[in-house]
Amino acid sequence: MKLLTLATQDKTCTTVLMLLAAVTVVIPLCNVLTAVDSPLHFSAYTVSLVGKYLTFALLGMSLDLVWGYCGILALGHGAFFALGGYAMGMYLMRQIGTRGVYGDPLLPDFMIFLNWKELPWYWFGFDNFGFALLMVVLAPGALAFVFGWLAFRSRVTGVYLSIITQALTYALLLAFFRNEMGFGGNNGLTDFKDILGFNIQSENVRSMLLFLSGSALIISFLLCRWIAGTKLGRVVTAVRDQESRVRFLGYRVEMFKLWIFVFAAMLAGVAGALYVPQVGIINPSEFTPLNSLEIVVWVAMGGRGTLYGAIIGAVVVNYSKTVLTGLMPDAWLFILGSLFVVITVLLPDGIVGLMRRNIRGKQV
Amino acid sequence: MNSFAENLFNEDDKVSSLVVEGKVDTRHGPILYMEDVSVSFDGFKALNKLSLFIDAGELRCMIGPNGAGKTTMMDVITGKTKPDTGSVFFGQTIDLLKMDEPAIAQAGICRKFQKPSVFDALSVFENLELALKTNKGAWNTLFFRLNSEQSDRIGDVMETVGLSALAHSRAGILSHGQKQWLEIGMLLMQEPKVMLVDEPIAGMTHQEIERTAELLLSLQGERSLVVVEHDMEFVRSIAQKVTVLHEGGVLTEGTMDEVQNDPRVIQVYLGG
Repeated sequence: MKLLTLATQDKTCTTVLMLLAAVTVVIPLCNVLTAVDSPLHFSAYTVSLVGKYLTFALLGMSLDLVWGYCGILALGHGAFFALGGYAMGMYLMRQIGTRGVYGDPLLPDFMIFLNWKELPWYWFGFDNFGFALLMVVLAPGALAFVFGWLAFRSRVTGVYLSIITQALTYALLLAFFRNEMGFGGNNGLTDFKDILGFNIQSENVRSMLLFLSGSALIISFLLCRWIAGTKLGRVVTAVRDQESRVRFLGYRVEMFKLWIFVFAAMLAGVAGALYVPQVGIINPSEFTPLNSLEIVVWVAMGGRGTLYGAIIGAVVVNYSKTVLTGLMPDAWLFILGSLFVVITVLLPDGIVGLMRRNIRGKQV
Repeated sequence: MNSFAENLFNEDDKVSSLVVEGKVDTRHGPILYMEDVSVSFDGFKALNKLSLFIDAGELRCMIGPNGAGKTTMMDVITGKTKPDTGSVFFGQTIDLLKMDEPAIAQAGICRKFQKPSVFDALSVFENLELALKTNKGAWNTLFFRLNSEQSDRIGDVMETVGLSALAHSRAGILSHGQKQWLEIGMLLMQEPKVMLVDEPIAGMTHQEIERTAELLLSLQGERSLVVVEHDMEFVRSIAQKVTVLHEGGVLTEGTMDEVQNDPRVIQVYLGG
């Protein structure tokens, strides 16, 4: 209840929350209840598309916590998303069992292809859904912890930190490209059959995945709002504005940064885990630095430091991407680049800032 | 039993003869010791064998021309700058050179910066809440809830620094003088043993200056204060003992009158 009252203090925030809840409930419900030819029925394409947007929104929001609240411009946030995705992908791979091309009950196809005789140790346990879920948060969390511990303790900040985060995701990209890593090399993990025994291609499972993505987003949103409203949230804001002053108040700044960074990495991992079954593939391209830069554009576009701004930004940019890459595939990167420039120069507070200005303008 | 032994085996403080971790030992008088501290930046000696002792409970004013090393001295005490040589002790036993900024702040040395450093995005109340002396670990901070005693304390401090009416205004909208007061309030919330106050009255009106003088005077005894200020009239109004810094070292110490009539001081200030 307290979470809800916290979330409803701001009108835009309430609207976004209501819309999210509506999407999360209405689309899956329509699809389960109505026949395929009914006008109320959403196509499988739309369902996976919306589901995908919702996971992007969660990813964007987790970056907003790091960047908008704590002031750490992380340019490698996509790495945590991809790790969460790989953890889920490994579970889905092991569910394939004997239905693979080579029909091996234990080894995924790509391992047979590489002539491997036994399952690498780090694939153990991923046949268990609970273990896989644990890894979805633990793997990104552990990476964020080790990286953050080293970087924040040495007081690496600003543009240097941004460059290192970019290097981190690039290093992972190169590592995951290697067949020897045992994650399927450049093909990644794909050809998934089912999840918890349900056919992953079926409409009902897709509706369910959309519902789960929406619910994860709403719950994480409320959780993030709560954190932002605690004293920890205020310390983190203070760190963003005047890091050294916070130290002189007796706070160990690096611990607060680490806390937020690890938490956000875990959220990104959850987003990745929900994304993979909906798109049916995870490969090293998810680690490309470009992906991480795109997340930054979503957050900047929506409006930093509001959480719901990141959700709006992620949906708007990705919808434009879907439409524009269909119309003129080669132009997208130029559009993305110009968007970033235009937002930085003209709309420093993003879409949310623009809406607030309009509301204030009307009141005057 | 002689008085020394009596002091050692004081009923209130049975362990006072031992080094107690985290306890500030001021039995010899001074609470802050700086000995032969030198700091150089690219060959420029910001501090040159500076030795300084601040007594427990005293209010010390520091003056000196620009570049005399006043701010660098505070940087060394609060852990921001590590000196090339020398030692800095808090009481008899706590070596400040082995500690970082948060540890020093938690031990009880707090600082007001030359440029008022408050958190513009937070309200006056929230600024004070952040400064409140309490467990400052990340998890404790996440689940922190103000108890009534603590909110009363914030209320008292807001009263003291005259910002009660602005409790829920963003600190960003405050005037320069009000920000100075808020930062002094933040120091009070930390309940420090030593307060380092860098240029407290810049940007203040005449009345505000008077109130600041009263406030600082009321704090001495309970706390030790080191006040750096350029305004000689203000220094005269609060100072018992004045230290003049020049070129990174102590030029002279004494009462305001002694210091002002010291020919070396006159020469330094007038460049004679």
